[in-house]
Amino acid sequence: MNQVPDILRILPEVVLTLTGVAVMMIDASLEPAKPRWPLGWVAAIGATLAYGASIFQFSIPEGAAYFGTVETSPFTIFFHVLICLIVLVTLLVAIDALPADSHHQGEFYALVLFGAVGMCLLTGAVELLVVFIALEISSISTYILAGYRKHTDRGPESAIKYFLLGSFATAFLLYGIALIFGATGTTQVYEIARAVPSAPNQWMILAGLAMMLVGILFKVSAAPFHLWTPDVYEGAPSPVVALLSTAPKAAAFALLLRIVYEAFPTLRPVWSPLIWIVAVLSMTVGNLAALRQENVKRMLAYSSIAHAGYILAAFAGLGSTGISAVVFYTAAYAAMNVGVFTVVTLVSGYDDRLPLVADFRGLIFRSPLLGSLLLFFLISLVGIPFTGGFFGKFYSFSAAVSGGAVVLAIIGLLNSGVAAAYYLRLALAAAQRAPKSDGEAVPVAPRVGVAVGAALLLAATATLGLGIVPGQVLRAAEIGAHTLQSPPPETQELPVESRMRP
Amino acid sequence: MDSLNASIVTLILLLPIAGAIAVTLLPDRGKTPCWTALITTLVTFGFTLHLPAYFAMGASGFQFEINRPWIENPAIFYHVGVDGLSLWLVVLTGLLAPVGVLASWRAIHERRKVYYSLFLVQQTAMFGVFVSLDLFLYYGFWELSLVPMAILISMYGRRNGPKAAVKFFLFTFIPSAPLLVAILWLYARTGSFDFATLQGAIASGSLPTGALRWSALAFLAAFAVKVPVFPLHGWLADTFSEAPVALAMVVAGKLGLYSMLRFHVGLFPAQARALAPLLIALGAIGILYGACLALAQRDFWRLVAFAAVSHFGLIVLGIYGLTTTGWNGAIYQILNQGVFESAIFVLLGALHLRYSTSQIGHYGGLAGRLPQTATLFVIASLAMIGLPMLNGFIGEFLVLSSTFTGVSRAWAVWGTVGVILSAAYMLWLVQRIFYGTESELVVSRPATDLGFAESIAVWPLAVLMLVMGLAPWLWMRAIEAGPNPLEWRNALALQPVAPHGALQVSATAEGPR
Repeated sequence: MNQVPDILRILPEVVLTLTGVAVMMIDASLEPAKPRWPLGWVAAIGATLAYGASIFQFSIPEGAAYFGTVETSPFTIFFHVLICLIVLVTLLVAIDALPADSHHQGEFYALVLFGAVGMCLLTGAVELLVVFIALEISSISTYILAGYRKHTDRGPESAIKYFLLGSFATAFLLYGIALIFGATGTTQVYEIARAVPSAPNQWMILAGLAMMLVGILFKVSAAPFHLWTPDVYEGAPSPVVALLSTAPKAAAFALLLRIVYEAFPTLRPVWSPLIWIVAVLSMTVGNLAALRQENVKRMLAYSSIAHAGYILAAFAGLGSTGISAVVFYTAAYAAMNVGVFTVVTLVSGYDDRLPLVADFRGLIFRSPLLGSLLLFFLISLVGIPFTGGFFGKFYSFSAAVSGGAVVLAIIGLLNSGVAAAYYLRLALAAAQRAPKSDGEAVPVAPRVGVAVGAALLLAATATLGLGIVPGQVLRAAEIGAHTLQSPPPETQELPVESRMRP
Repeated sequence: MDSLNASIVTLILLLPIAGAIAVTLLPDRGKTPCWTALITTLVTFGFTLHLPAYFAMGASGFQFEINRPWIENPAIFYHVGVDGLSLWLVVLTGLLAPVGVLASWRAIHERRKVYYSLFLVQQTAMFGVFVSLDLFLYYGFWELSLVPMAILISMYGRRNGPKAAVKFFLFTFIPSAPLLVAILWLYARTGSFDFATLQGAIASGSLPTGALRWSALAFLAAFAVKVPVFPLHGWLADTFSEAPVALAMVVAGKLGLYSMLRFHVGLFPAQARALAPLLIALGAIGILYGACLALAQRDFWRLVAFAAVSHFGLIVLGIYGLTTTGWNGAIYQILNQGVFESAIFVLLGALHLRYSTSQIGHYGGLAGRLPQTATLFVIASLAMIGLPMLNGFIGEFLVLSSTFTGVSRAWAVWGTVGVILSAAYMLWLVQRIFYGTESELVVSRPATDLGFAESIAVWPLAVLMLVMGLAPWLWMRAIEAGPNPLEWRNALALQPVAPHGALQVSATAEGPR
């Protein structure tokens, strides 16, 4: 039945890899004195082609390739499209933001692309070993990117911290995979689901599941596994943070969905309360810590922890409502967060010369465009209606309420009230008249180039579009959710859905 | 013109947004943004007048309804419509928009583009709150109305804008979290956000009463903060002191009071009835508390804020007396409040602009120098006090008389004391600002009476105060059809009347009209 050539099922990954390799080769063959920014455009074109390849995958039937290790379904395509778009925007921002004299620009663009390969593969993998490999591909690229500004104090610290803690978490994941393999005799997701109910050693399965959850929750920076996030975000260049806080997280959420809904649907009574606790912790810890931050990047880092909590709240939803809420929220969050980091990149500069909330004072007077956009993205992060952030939160908590987790929804929405306080602090600083500086140099209005302008336009359109006409994306998310819910094509006898519902 | 009926509400919602876009696109040169905003608001006001002109008086239920699916799942509809309760509120919002633009004409002299575009977005949000019949849509507009307000307070605050803005935003945003959870819970139980469907589902008694009580409480809390009802008025004085005049005059009162009537009493009649004694007490305490604090203020913005708390208390008393007359009086008083308070705001704003202080003690003897301002201020104050023949009297009379006959004589007497006190603080304010000897400040500045923009903003309001006081039936015909559809009365009458100590809530005392 699998008449589709296997290669088509990983077409976006192939395109991204080839472009990455091409960028590295061109970089190596160019004279050192030549400017490197055209490589960014090459990479951006590659990302666009990968986006096209993902869209093309809609035309091939669902199914798995390479001996049932990689799958194509509306669920994976949704995430492929999302990741390709995030990468595209990141590249566009980087083209304008990276200093012209930086000698490693080629590597930067290539690493972004290689990271994207890992993330895309992660969303499609249905075999835990491929999951592990994909996770490593994406992680190693991002470790290097986090330390890209190696001349600063913070850069290497950030990279090393990210690397050490990240590999620790990956080790947890790997150990979990090993335990699951020991208990069920397989690493294929659907076969695990079939083997789990009858497996002799349930304790081993529970331990394996717990370890895998630790590994994945680290990647989505949920509390209490969030400690790396603020330091890494502070040290990494802002365009990288825009990428780090969205794309790998989207991929990790896709993985989390696949693990809990496809591999362990029968263990819902076990993982559901765990995720409930982690969701509450993430929201509360993230928001309370963000309240005290003066550095905008640290503040947004804690805010991203809180948003991970909001997304996790949707796991309380039953069946496809919960899944589609998670999927939708990752998209909405990506749009607004990439947008806000783009503005931060432009205002603070590549070197983070103006990283404090106070430095954003009077932005709307200095640069009306950036000021208004910052306000808009922050309003979306607060969750004000007619923005993507609102619908994300709305679907997430609506899934939680329909799943019976009313308390979780109340905690979540009260949290978003707390969150409004610090987003508002930044927004109002931007809308406030700058103080009369005596002799002090007034910061100049940041220049908005073509590439960055396109990136901002894309992010703003997506945020607004998801807030006014979310129908289409939501439908895509729902179709994706159904493919995740329905039994895989090869194994018809697996009634995942019926076991899911209590 | 009949063809307009099918789309008039959408038009009213879209026009201010279109105006906001126009303001953003047109160059920020001279008065261009002001004129764009003025034309937009005037045209919008013209369209809102279409509603009463073509409103079938006496018919209950919603008119000019539009009900189209917006999002499939969850089932969200673009469902809007107007009934007797919201009809005049929409027109009032339409009227106050050009008044607001005229009041900002001189006061706002920098970043006009940002100011007027946000001002117009705010208009759409307020219209949306009044016409939405889908709870999701309603919540959307409700939240949206906070944002332009907070940004504008922060940007154009007089002294401490950002602080007041944060206070305002958090005070009103946090209670809307339980509101959203309650809406989501209702949706999870009924599969609908539609007002009428939910009303039916709640009335049918198929929903668990315990959770329903919490939902009703969540609704009430959000509205009570927004009104604000005593003791939740912490944000009001700061907001009034800092907000630009055009926004201060719409920030409090009508949105919350309307929502109470429509979505608390209207959706949860049984729960509202259970809480009515508490709210009557809070309303009545608010009347006296606000009045006493208003007497003690030295800053006129804060004085007006506490006066507003007192007036909102009266309206809350009217709403939760749960009598038809009380409701009519309450709705009429919401309109009155909008009219005379806006006039007072514009006039005080004009004074603040000229003498750059809001300390009452710095003023004195202005009547001779600014005769027009003084005349208008006195008219507005008298309307606020409730002098017969001016509009405030009708509303206060209806509310207090219905409280006296139908609810509780004790609270009615208590409320009347508050009304007397309102005469004290307003007349004292008039005396301190406009009469007596001319103060140093007044002598030191050149006397400039109301400019053209300011006078054409206030005079129509003054005329309206008189007309609304003399011919209330023009408004009452629609209002009487509105807030008391048969189902509400039946739902209220079904509950046994339980005496609560001194206060006895009786919804049936009035009887159907």
